[in-house]
Amino acid sequence: MSAQFLQFLLAGLTIGAIYALVALGFSIIYNASQVINFAQGEFVMVGGMCTVWLGNAGWPLPAAIAAAVLLAALLGLALERFAVEPARGASVVTLIIITIGASILLRGLATLVWDKKIHALKPFSGEAPIQIGGATLLPQSLWVLGVTLVVVLLLSWFFGRTLLGKALLATSHNRLAAQLVGISVRRVLLVAFSLSAALGAVAGILIAPITFTAWDVGVMLGLKGFAAAILGGMGSGPGAVVGGLALGIIEAMGAGYLSSAYKDALAFVIILAVLFFMPNGLLGRRSVDRV
Amino acid sequence: MASSRTAGLAALAAVVALLPLALVNNYHYEVAILVGLNAIVCVGLNLLIGYAGQISLGHAGFFGLGAYGSAILTARYGWPPLAALLAATLAVALLALAIGRPILRLRGHYLAMATLGMGVIISIVITTEDRYTGGPDGMSVPPLTLAGVALTGERPWYWVVGVLLVLAVWLARNLIDSPHGRALRALHGSEVAAEVGGIDSARHKVRVFVISAVYAAVAGSLAAHYAGFITPAKVTFFHSIELVTMVVFGGMASTFGAVVGAAVLTTLPQALTVFKEYEMVVFGGVMMLTMIFMPKGLVPTLAALAARLGKAP
Repeated sequence: MSAQFLQFLLAGLTIGAIYALVALGFSIIYNASQVINFAQGEFVMVGGMCTVWLGNAGWPLPAAIAAAVLLAALLGLALERFAVEPARGASVVTLIIITIGASILLRGLATLVWDKKIHALKPFSGEAPIQIGGATLLPQSLWVLGVTLVVVLLLSWFFGRTLLGKALLATSHNRLAAQLVGISVRRVLLVAFSLSAALGAVAGILIAPITFTAWDVGVMLGLKGFAAAILGGMGSGPGAVVGGLALGIIEAMGAGYLSSAYKDALAFVIILAVLFFMPNGLLGRRSVDRV
Repeated sequence: MASSRTAGLAALAAVVALLPLALVNNYHYEVAILVGLNAIVCVGLNLLIGYAGQISLGHAGFFGLGAYGSAILTARYGWPPLAALLAATLAVALLALAIGRPILRLRGHYLAMATLGMGVIISIVITTEDRYTGGPDGMSVPPLTLAGVALTGERPWYWVVGVLLVLAVWLARNLIDSPHGRALRALHGSEVAAEVGGIDSARHKVRVFVISAVYAAVAGSLAAHYAGFITPAKVTFFHSIELVTMVVFGGMASTFGAVVGAAVLTTLPQALTVFKEYEMVVFGGVMMLTMIFMPKGLVPTLAALAARLGKAP
């Protein structure tokens, strides 16, 4: 395996893990509420920017991270409570515009509360690159991959073994049936949104030392995370992870071997290809519409 | 029916004719021209979103292709502007025809994502191919010439855009009241039922998609010539969202709603330049509040309100 290939692969896996976290956020919200949350990318931005800000204000890193994730979770709660809940039952177009409006609002608030400059977060454990088989790996990449793995394992434990997680799954399968067995759908929705927001924030914090953070990083990251979710199959947890990693790797390979200028376009070309030929993604269920 | 249609059109024509009385300086004219151009795009987009019930988050792409097509043909290859406009519009129509069929097989958020992807790809191509397009900095565009006479200055442009807007609305209203328009409304209600009734929904959807793309491309070409300059900022996802918001805010399935929406949401940022920093917060807030409390849009909500007040004892 050539060193260059390995380099691209590692870069792809790193960014792919971030896409996977964002995609998981999309899928969790979509499963619980059938809403595509176009503001998901903004939670990523909030995670990174808030951590940077608190860090600069003197907070120790772990405290800043915890506060940033908490802030994102609260924003997710607010989004569900004040924007999505009042519009329940509205058409797809309406809900899309509401969440897009929320994302614009959050970006605007970010420029007011923070600023429009690009910020760097210090890598968690130093900047000395690690050599693996001719390729270099940043220590931060190990953090990204490691934390993502832990998060994915925690989520599968949460959904598979805890009552709240199973309630979320039940609501995604059939909301009415879930209500009939006593699950509070209101609470499930709030949990879904704040959990997704927290996931996004974690992703933003992990990647900030590598790709820096600013008020508008959420746009592209959100769109690509969405692309990854569709690639893996909208609503499928494993699909989100597979889709994210696949998208990251394809993007890195495309940028390395084909053209780095069109790197961003590649994600969207993939999306169109998937939507045209495999609308349910790699791992999604075949959906059936009632007429 | 016919009288209300002509009444609305006459009202619009009257507004266009009389508005200059209220426009004091060139800046006001400039805003009015921008409103008109956005309104043309929105009228076309409303046919797709409001009447046919589809969605497009990528129409800034068609706008941009019309604009850059005109710009490149006139500035780099010396084409006469009207020929360039026709060629660019034709190219956009062909593109919409080619993409339309596979894209419009999708529904709901899949369709939204596909149109979004299309728009973003167009935007990235335009920004990257800087040899032709001038890249992120944009390129300058020679003025529009009609029979050798260059069209410059706010007032002449105002009349050109005003007349074209009335024309665009008239065409759209004609379309809506035609069998094609009724077919669109049928398939908006239920695609399966419409097919059972003998309507080839794919053909109709693609047709309205192409028509809305043509509206956007023409407006784009005009915008490029008017401003004398075009940048990729007009081709972004954000601009596509602005266009959709104008349509939905003004009222889906209401051609005049589309015009009103374009008017309000074009002048709002201009009025807010005083509060430049709060522009995004206000815009996002307006989008959210309108969709939550007036999901049908401004004009239909007001119309319903007026009807209810009219019925009250």
